[in-house]
Amino acid sequence: MAGGDDSWRPLARPLLIPIWVVIGVFSLLPVLLMAVYSFLTKEFRGGVEWDFTLAAYDQFFVTRGLFGDEPAQIEWTYITIFWRSIWQALICTALCLLIGFPTAWFIATRPAQSRGIWLFLITIPYWVNLLIRTVSLKFLIRDNGPLNEGLMAIGLITEPLPLVNTNLAVQLGLFYSYLPFMVLPIYAAVERYNFALSEAAADLYASRWTTLREIVLPVVKPGMIAGCILVFVPALGAFLAPDLLGGAKTFMIGSLIDEQFKGSQGNWPFGAAASMILMTLVLIVLVFYARAASREGAA
Amino acid sequence: MKKLLLTASLLASPAFAEGELKIYHWFEYIPQELVDKFQAETGITVTIDTYDSNESMLAALKAGKLGEYDVAVPGDYMVEIMGTEGLLDTFAPEDLANFANIDPKWVDVPFDPGRKSSIPYQWGSTGFSVNRDVYSGDIGSLSILFDPPAELQGKINVLDSQGEVLALGSFFLGIPQCSQDRAQLQALNDMLLNAKQHWASFGSDTAKDVLVSGDAAAGMIYNGFSAKARAEGANVEYAAPKEGYVVWMDNVVLLKDAPNRDNALKFMNFLLDPENSAAVTNYAAYSSGVTGVEAFLLDEIKNSPENNPPADQKGFFIQACDEETQKLYDAIWTNLKK
Repeated sequence: MAGGDDSWRPLARPLLIPIWVVIGVFSLLPVLLMAVYSFLTKEFRGGVEWDFTLAAYDQFFVTRGLFGDEPAQIEWTYITIFWRSIWQALICTALCLLIGFPTAWFIATRPAQSRGIWLFLITIPYWVNLLIRTVSLKFLIRDNGPLNEGLMAIGLITEPLPLVNTNLAVQLGLFYSYLPFMVLPIYAAVERYNFALSEAAADLYASRWTTLREIVLPVVKPGMIAGCILVFVPALGAFLAPDLLGGAKTFMIGSLIDEQFKGSQGNWPFGAAASMILMTLVLIVLVFYARAASREGAA
Repeated sequence: MKKLLLTASLLASPAFAEGELKIYHWFEYIPQELVDKFQAETGITVTIDTYDSNESMLAALKAGKLGEYDVAVPGDYMVEIMGTEGLLDTFAPEDLANFANIDPKWVDVPFDPGRKSSIPYQWGSTGFSVNRDVYSGDIGSLSILFDPPAELQGKINVLDSQGEVLALGSFFLGIPQCSQDRAQLQALNDMLLNAKQHWASFGSDTAKDVLVSGDAAAGMIYNGFSAKARAEGANVEYAAPKEGYVVWMDNVVLLKDAPNRDNALKFMNFLLDPENSAAVTNYAAYSSGVTGVEAFLLDEIKNSPENNPPADQKGFFIQACDEETQKLYDAIWTNLKK
């Protein structure tokens, strides 16, 4: 099409209108609502009053003791909750990358006709609702579940491994939930990789490690980055795995925000403010990535 | 043929003459046969809309649905909130021929003293259960949850619900609900933080499952849930703690601006009939607040230990705290879960 027929151009704008409507209604409008609500006054027992205030952000960052009359100090409670969730999402992303990359590579290097079957196998569990899969995982790893009973039957352990209600179980749940989001984009990138490049590198006496680092990774990197974002962002807000597998003993970002919107103790502005802070953090990460990527592209 | 059917249906239901009744009710909380019976007896056409939490019902009514419905079925604390928000109408005891059927202990309830706007629907309790295979000692105190014996440490599930946890914690310490006393609140905060090290998990929907599966050996639980856990084979006993446990009650309230006030009163009167109240109890497996239901109850419900606490068992409704105090309770709850 290069330099050819441009007669479709005048049509582009009207054709894009539905897309703008979708983005506006389902993406911009909710964010805008959230931003406005975060500056409103909490109404007792849920809801908001239209008085603008910074109270929600003040509650997030500043503490004045349990009874509110001590000198103002930095509130670590919510920062701790955020940090715990971020740390967990980072570990989950790293694990998914570690397992997802070889998996994607393996699938992409199968003969074309069997790739479909492998991809099918990866996606099959995801036809089942996430809640049911998470509960099932709990059944498997509980003290008298098949995993512990099996290990005890073959004599590897004498006492059941305490897995349920630990951070390890939460990690397992997150990893299991989000692995395909890592595998699929990397697979798409590897599939497009021209393996003649590897052969050329080998012909030029590059070691296999050098080939991977200098030739393969730069080509596959966009897929890996897309995978990391697709895993990190939902893992950050996840609360099914922490609640069901971790025992809900500590708030995660997701459950903290959830708590603000349900029940009679709800605090909508605070929930909105926490969401805005979370979104700002994610945006900062994405902007840094976009900058790094564009700098690399220019070099 | 068509004409014939129409005439037949008109003959069969004199409904339009007797008017309508609009009920705002919980999901699956009234047997259809009972609704049919009411329609047949009175000729009133009943429409039921459902909600899934007290809070969503309150929000819907405040957002403009008041005036659409005649009656709703809020929980105890929500009756009080709706009363303060001006969403309820009042009636006189003489308006209900069956008013005297209300169990005397449920007439002067804290959330509606003297029953001016509400009648009892069903009630139950929230306490705790212990797996008797794991622990066979005395379970007559809330210390099982808050200062557990060695056998139960690390094997306790508590409800993921601020109201119930803070209320039971207050009973355990012997301090009043919605206390604003600093020393008492600090003590409550410290006691809960210390107890948490012995808890395995927080979960409300899962409260029954963790007892049945053995993930937890003791757990805070609703009496109906505990009965189901027992029915599913877990050797659990629902305790009668000496400090008291939480009692909850759902109530039929007369809404303000009810379009069919007279029919609403007929319906409330209908529900105070022991046979009808027992039908709800047989369906929902909680307890009726009406006297004389025993003759109409199914045996397994009449004899369930969870529904028949010792006569001297203390039960308290959860109080709805005022805004200032609620802020402190929120802070304690966040402290506990941070």
